Formats: sequence, C-alpha cells, structure tokens
Amino acid sequence: MPRTENDFTQLGIREIRDGVAGGDFTAREVAESLNAAVEAATSLNAFIVTTPEKALEAADATDAARAAGKALGPMAGVPIGMKDLFCTNGVQTTAASHILEGFIPHYESTVSANLWAAGAGMLGKLNLDQFAMGSSNETSYFGNVSSPWRKAGSNAPMSPGGSSGGSSSAIAARLCPAATGTDTGGSIRQPAAFTGICGIKPTYGRCSRWGVVAFASSLDQAGPMARSVEDCAIMLGAMAGFDPKDSTSLDAPVPDWFGNLDADMRGKKVGIPREYRMEGTDQAILDSWDRGAEWLRDAGAEIVDVSLPHTKYALPAYYIVAPAEASSNLARYDGVRYGLRDLPDGAGLQDMYAATRAAGFGDEVKRRVMLGTYVLSAGFYDAYYTQAMKVRTLVQRDFDAAFEQCDVILAPTTPTASFPLNSLNDDPLTMYLNDVFAVPASLAGLPAMSVPATLTEDGLPLGLQIVGRAMDEQSVLNAGLAIEQRAGFTAQPEKWW
Amino acid sequence: MSNYRIHGATGDWEIVVGLEVHAQVTSNAKLFSGASTQFGAEPNTQVSLVDAAMPGMLPVPNRECVRQAVRTGMAIEAEIHKWSRFDRKNYFYADLPQGYQISQLYHPIVGKGALTIEADEKAGIPEDRTIGIERIHIEQDAGKLMHDQHPTMSYVDLNRVGVALMEIVSDPDMTSPAEAGAYVRKLRAILRYVGSCDGNMEEGSMRADVNVSVRRVGDTELGTRTETKNVNSVRFVMQTIEHEAQRQVNVLEDGGTIVQETRLFDPGTGTTRSMRSKEDAHDYRYFPDPDLLPLELDDEFLEACRASLPELPDAKRLRYENELGLTPYNARELTADVEVFARFETLLGETASAIGKPEAKVATQVANWALSVAPGVVKSLGDEADVSHGTAARQAAILKMQDAGEISGGQAKEIYEIVLKTGREPDEIADTEGLKQVSDTGAIEAAIDAIIAGNGDKVEQYKGGKDKLFGFFVGQTMKAMQGKANPAVVNQILKDKLG
Amino acid sequence: MSVTREEVAKIAQLARIKMGEGDLDHLVPEFNKILEWVEQLGEVDTAGVEPMTAVIDQKLRLRDDVIDADPKTGGGRRDDVLANAPAAEHGFYGVPKVIE
Ligand SMILES: [Mg+2]
Ligand SMILES: [Zn+2]
Repeated sequence: MPRTENDFTQLGIREIRDGVAGGDFTAREVAESLNAAVEAATSLNAFIVTTPEKALEAADATDAARAAGKALGPMAGVPIGMKDLFCTNGVQTTAASHILEGFIPHYESTVSANLWAAGAGMLGKLNLDQFAMGSSNETSYFGNVSSPWRKAGSNAPMSPGGSSGGSSSAIAARLCPAATGTDTGGSIRQPAAFTGICGIKPTYGRCSRWGVVAFASSLDQAGPMARSVEDCAIMLGAMAGFDPKDSTSLDAPVPDWFGNLDADMRGKKVGIPREYRMEGTDQAILDSWDRGAEWLRDAGAEIVDVSLPHTKYALPAYYIVAPAEASSNLARYDGVRYGLRDLPDGAGLQDMYAATRAAGFGDEVKRRVMLGTYVLSAGFYDAYYTQAMKVRTLVQRDFDAAFEQCDVILAPTTPTASFPLNSLNDDPLTMYLNDVFAVPASLAGLPAMSVPATLTEDGLPLGLQIVGRAMDEQSVLNAGLAIEQRAGFTAQPEKWW
Repeated sequence: MSNYRIHGATGDWEIVVGLEVHAQVTSNAKLFSGASTQFGAEPNTQVSLVDAAMPGMLPVPNRECVRQAVRTGMAIEAEIHKWSRFDRKNYFYADLPQGYQISQLYHPIVGKGALTIEADEKAGIPEDRTIGIERIHIEQDAGKLMHDQHPTMSYVDLNRVGVALMEIVSDPDMTSPAEAGAYVRKLRAILRYVGSCDGNMEEGSMRADVNVSVRRVGDTELGTRTETKNVNSVRFVMQTIEHEAQRQVNVLEDGGTIVQETRLFDPGTGTTRSMRSKEDAHDYRYFPDPDLLPLELDDEFLEACRASLPELPDAKRLRYENELGLTPYNARELTADVEVFARFETLLGETASAIGKPEAKVATQVANWALSVAPGVVKSLGDEADVSHGTAARQAAILKMQDAGEISGGQAKEIYEIVLKTGREPDEIADTEGLKQVSDTGAIEAAIDAIIAGNGDKVEQYKGGKDKLFGFFVGQTMKAMQGKANPAVVNQILKDKLG
Repeated sequence: MSVTREEVAKIAQLARIKMGEGDLDHLVPEFNKILEWVEQLGEVDTAGVEPMTAVIDQKLRLRDDVIDADPKTGGGRRDDVLANAPAAEHGFYGVPKVIE
C-alpha cells in the first residue's frame, strides 16, 4: 500500500504491527498520524470522545517494550477505535444514550482489556446506534454518523449502517485500521457491507460479554471490524477467549485463525440458501451474490443448493426476543446509581424512574423497551416470547440440516446498499428489514462475516456474507479470504470530510 | 386436621394457611458475585459491580448455594430437579438495582417434598401432621431502604443485594396458627441441621410470607387469600394468622369480599395492613434469564450432596427413643435444635466414657441433667453464672460422682453452681467444700443405731406393719448425717436393721 | 391483535417510561404495525418444538464460594460503586423518599 511520509492511515493491523516490530517506523508515529486523522474528521461524527493520549500512551509502551527487547503482542502498536458499548476504565461510556452521558466506568470490559493486553491502543470511543438498537446510526443521542461514501453525483450524507456505524465509518475513512463492533442482529456485518470493509461476528460465547453494555444477552456478540480478512483474523484472536465472569463464555481454546488462513476451497462445499432469494432484494445484490458463488467455485469449492425454510420467520422472531431481553436489560437505567436522573418537583421514586427513562432513552429505545415489555406481559408471554424461542429452535435446526450438506453458507449481507441518512426513519419496519439476511445467523449463534464484493452503479459498496458452523470461524475466514482475493475490492471513498 | 375454628356471628369458619419461607443460604459469597454475605457491615461495602448492576455486569452462580439448596431438598425428601433454570422477575424498586430479581419460576431446583410436625396436645395439634412442600427455588435477596435518615430522601444500602435465598413454598396444608408455628420451627430445625441456613430470624435469615384464607366449615373450595410479607418470628407468624383470619371473617360476615392483596404485619399492634405501594407491580414479566444457561446437575454432584447430609431431626428423635431409651418428650426436646443436641451428644459421650458405661446406660441421667437440672442452675444464678465455665468435661465429672453415689442430686447442683461462678474443678469443689456424701457404712450404722435406740416405739409400730414409717427413719438418719449420707446406703442399712 | 391507546399507556407505565399524549399519538400506530408484523410467527407450526434454552450447546459453570476472589466481581469497593451516583450520601445511594 503506498503511503506518503508520516501518513500511516492506509495501513492495516498486520502492516502496522509488523512495521513496528521490524523497526520500519515507531508505534508513536502511527498513533500520531491516526490521532491527526481522527481529529480532522469530526464531520463524520464517528467518535463520541477521542482519546489521543491513550493512543500515544499505548504506542510509547510498545516502543519501549520493543527497545527493551521484550516480546510484542499480536496487536502491538496498533491504535484502534472502541465502540462506545464497551466499558473503558476512566473513559466515558455511553452506549450513545443520554441516560449514560457522563458515566465513567471504574472497570474495563474483558474484550477491551484483552486488546490492550495484546498491545493495541485506543483512539477514542466510537459512535453507534443508541444501545446498539438501529441499522443506520441515526438513533445516537450524540448525532448521526455519516458514511465516508457518497452516491455518485450526490452530496447527500449516507448511512454507515448500524449499530456499529461509528466503527464502519471510521475504518472506511481510514481514521483507524480496525475497531471493535458488536453484533446482535447484524450490527457488525451490515455496517461493514455498507462501507466496504470486513467484519466478523464469531460464534456466540467466543468473546466475553463482561463489561459490554447489554442489548439482548442471548444474541450480543463482539467481533472485529477491519479492512481485510487477515486483520479480522488477527484482531478476533486478540479479543476472544474464555472468561469465567461470563456464564455464556465458551470454555474452549482460541484457535490460531490468522496462522491457519487458507483460501484454497478445494474439497469444500458452499451452500446457497434458496429462501434468501427474496422479493425486494436489489438486482445488484443478487448479481453480487452470483459472482460470489463464482469466486468460491474458482477457489475450488463445490456450490450446492440448501434450504433454510424458516428464514422468513427469523426477523419477526428476532423482534420479539431482542426487545424482550432489552426491556429487562435496560431496567437498570433508573437514575439511582449512575447516569441521568430526572427528578421533577415533588416526584416520588416511581415518578423519578419514569421521568428519567423518558428523558434518557431515545425513541427507538423506547419503542423496543415497550415492545419487549408488552410481549413478556401477563397473558402474552407464551404467544409471543415462547413461540419466538420455538421458532429460534427451528431456525437453528434449519442450519444444522444445511450444514450436513455444506461447510459454509454464502448469502448477501444486506438486501440493499447504503441509503441516505433520514430517508428511512419514518418507518421502523422498513428499517428492520435491513437485517433480514443477517438475523438468522444471530438467532442460531453462528459465526458470520461480511466481506466487500463490488460497488453498485452508484458507486456504493456491497458485501457478501459467509455463515459457518458453530465454532468454525476458520472456514468462514477462509471463504472470506477466497472472496477477498478474487473480488479485488480496492475502492475507497473520496475524501470530503 | 386441627379443631381450630373462628366462631363468627353466622357460624364457624376454618382457616387455610400456606407459607413461603425465605431462608438465607449459608455461604461466604453471594449467589452471583464474589461479595461477602457477612451481616452488619458498613453500608455498600459488600457490593460488587455485579450487585450494583453496573452496565455490562453478568451473573455467575455460586456452587455452594446450589449445593445447599439441593441438600435442603434432600432433607425434606423432595424431588431434586437435575435440570433447572433461572428466570428474571421484573419490577422497579430502589432495593433492586437490576430492575429484576433472578429467581426460578418455571423450573425450580427442588420439587415436591414434605415435612412432619409432631402432635402437641397442649398446642392444639392432636396428631402428627405431614405438611406438603411444593417447591424450593433459589433467588437473590434485595437491598435495604432507610427512611428516617434524611427529611426528603430514602437511603439505599445494597449490601444484601444478591445474597442467596431459598424460597421454600408449602402447600396450603396448615389449619391453625399452632400448626404454622410448628411448621416454621420444624423447618428451621431442618435447615440448621443441614447447615443450609442459620435460621437467625432477628437478622432476617429466615422470614415468612403468610398466605391465609378462610372458609365455612364444610366448604371444600378455597377462599380468596391474602399474603402478609416478611414476617420474621414464629410468634409473629401465629399472630398474623390469628389476626388475618379474624379480619377476613369479619369482612365476610359483614357482606364484604376479600381482596387478593399483599399485606404487612405490624408487630407493635399485632395486626396486618394493606401494602398498597406494591400493588401496581404485579405483572412481573418472568422469562428465562438470558445471561445464564440451564443449571444441570450430574449424579456425582447429587451423590456428594446426599453423602454430606447429617442425621436429621426425625431420625435422631427416633434413635434417642429406641436406642438411648429416652422418653418421647425428652427425645423431642433434645432434638429440636442443633445446638441442643450437639451439647447433649458431647456431654453424653464425655459422661459415658468418664463413667465407663455405654451411652444408653447413662443417657437418661444425662438427658435429665441437660434438659432440667443444668438449665435450672443457670437460671437461678442469673448474671452470676459464666456458662463458659460449665464445660462438658466438668459436667461429666459431676455426673460421674453422682453416678458413683459420691454426691447427691442436691450436691450436684451446688457443685455446678460453684463451677459456673468460679470455673473450679468439680472434684476439688466436692472435696474442699465438703460436698460429698458419706458412704462409709460405719458412720451411717452408728447414726442409725442411735436413732433406733431412741425411737423404740416407732420401731415397734414399723415392725407391726406401719411401712410408711420407713421414711421417718430415712429422714432422721439424713438429718443426723447433715444430709451427706448416701441415700442408697442408708436405705440398705435401715432395711437390714429394721428387718 | 391490536392494542388500544390505553393499553400502550399501561405498557409505558409498566416500563416506567413517562409518556405524554403526543408520544402516544405516534407510538400507538407504530406499535400496532410492528405487532401485526411479528404476529406472522403464529403461522409456524411449533407443536413438539422446545423453546431454545442455550444458543450454543454448553452447560452452566458454577463459581467457587470464595469472597472477593476477583476484584472485578468482589465487594469492598464502595467508592467505585458510588462514584457515578447522582446522589450519594454517607455511603448510601439517595432516592426520593419512599413511603411503604
Ligand atoms: Mg411470596
Ligand atoms: Zn421469593
């Protein structure tokens, strides 16, 4: 990758860490360059707070460790962005909500702690949809995030996707080589697809949820977002690992995903789920899907048809399960122990709760908390929640059956390319449909990745999604690599910010 | 079925009582966090980030709390569910930081069991009764609110938040306040035997939600019940039932209806009142806690739980009767509580080995001493007694002297008094204080000879068939010996001499 | 099934979110639209299907009964737990006075 003197913004994780380790440049130079890029990009609104001093501190530690001849971690010298859903010790953590504005945790999430231990540094806390609820980054209390991409011939600000839209925007705009994301129903994959980058949601339980602000506990899973498959593999290795503080954490060794990357697909079967050929999907998306299958065939894979019969019901099931869990997970935001308190004159305790939560939560959060409260309430629980959890079992069985016929599944990540900000927010349902292809893998807890495929005629990126068996991130990454090598996606947004 | 009836103006009513007992599980750390469960700490010092429900915090269950619930279930011979789950009970209150309590509604860890309360004629329980236990589940305790420290604010202390509780839910099988009282006492005894709860009601380790309804004698359908929350002594449980049943009868006889509601007991007045503040929160939206996987117990774990169970109250009581030969009353009293039987068994062991007889041979003597003699001495001394002086070894030494006839029952008490006051050794006390019986036949014979000589007329009457006079001679002899003669020896010599 | 304005207001109360008439104006139709859409789940034959209990097949682990083994999940950190409280006084959290 060409770079001008002192401009390290084009480099990825591997290039930075190898360059630092090899003495080609210092970690401090990299951090300074990226701090400057972050500072110059306020118009994207990708960061809620920036922490240049943290980036420099980590860089200096890496440089000192190298000078002392110490072993360097797998992310040594790499400054990254941290989605503001991860609690960071001493640094404001908001989940992009007014209700947590000013909240400064006295603890560090396991995933972020793992990354710092691997030598990474923090450029700042990235904007997101409020409490990770949204698919366009328009629900943040701290304002919309703009994608660096624009439609050909238009200056309209475009959505970077959501909820990890600060992450996707910052990476696509070369403000950071990588960032953390979280994916509850597509929140890593959809923004990655919208911005022409990579992102992987690992198997549920690979990355500890301890210290990550909860949205829907049985679905939430952290993962890396970066500009290449190998960078995702490196960073996922640094994030993942057993955590005794999380009862749902997988007690399994972390494979060397990066070391085992292999784009040779000979002997592998790739399933094409016929139910994903849905009405309303852009022709450009369907075309890119066909090309993806071609690329994988070219890499040696056999392409087979598979069926996931309950696909249609995955999204409505998700919109029962996720809001139900969220309604309970968000009950703790009550103005007593941290965050916003709205205490009207003469208000009692319960009035304080209602006023605080009315003032602190955004519209989408309120909508989902209300929906979740409703579906769990007396008389409705079985019809909604129990039925949704049964459908979830069926969705999982669909995948089990499909994986008897194939090793990975290839599908589009999204039904459309990115759309202009403020164009869909009149209708929550239309917005929810963005995640129609992403949600099934979330319901089943499976590893799933988005890699950039092509650009639309309008010059907007499209992504392809690979879904694998539980615990088999390796096959997902390998298929992603095979696509990446053949897609030759090198397009970058033109700098306007 | 008890005969307990409420005599209303329009006829007799019977009552139906079910209890939900919350028992704090004995554990070092909380149910889902590593914070201490110690009672009485400074506010909010035993609160982890998890207990304070900080963003992103997650629960991890404490094995000991699970183990204790399983052992408790085994002690009431209940089904143990190898597959159970934690659910969230959602409601908003300042003592509940998460906005939900982690509990078990749909799949509790322990299913159906039972315990037996023994007949107690005096208390109005004519025969043994088996009280069904519907379930035991594990859940989190809530925090504490203080209302009197600030004019406009309540203060919240989260030290108790997340402490493990067992909720032990009885069937509606009790029909009188006495039965409910006996049930709570028996349950408390079992918990303390098992070691799963310290049963300390003053510190809130055990408290009961009391469900009461009434119906006309002969009716089979249950009446509408009320639930009086957090009643924290056996006496208060009984008072709650008495008051609440009477109140319900009054309402019904006045043509009113009973509202299913939550009530509070006021120990000051012995009455209950409606607790309106919690009324709107009744839609708890239970659902399985998505932060926790199903709790699956394997055979090895269950076997270890079973193997660790001690002898339980009913088995111990029967053994005391059958093997130690104790009266049913003594056996019941001695097995009613852990500390009582533990002290008894220690003393029994010490005494038997001191005397060199099997336990069964000395059990009755030790039981009488432990249940009535020793407590009587302690009571009579009041503040003068230092009970720590009354070690089992010293008590056994006293019992040994008594068994050997060296001291009388009265002397045993006197010696024990001195032991409790001073901590001196019983043998030394008996020697130096002259608290020993004379078994020396020579001295006793001399005294008896003198008495026979001085009471020729009575000797004649006795020999003529007036048996009752034997007591007179015993009394005279003991008087002459200043009460220190061994009564057995006195009896024997008198019998020999009087023919 | 659709919900009335009163029902939505009741749900808001249950969720402790204060809601004015204006809020209800736009929420009620939105809410009904979403409900109508999720109700297609009713079409799925789930007879004999167990609701999902664990996303990934694994068993619940249990923790040892040790106090403060890990400071991240242990007690004894009052300053940390009170640090962000809107009203912390004398080591307590303050809330508007509750009448029980
Ligand atoms: Mg209760
Ligand atoms: Zn309870």
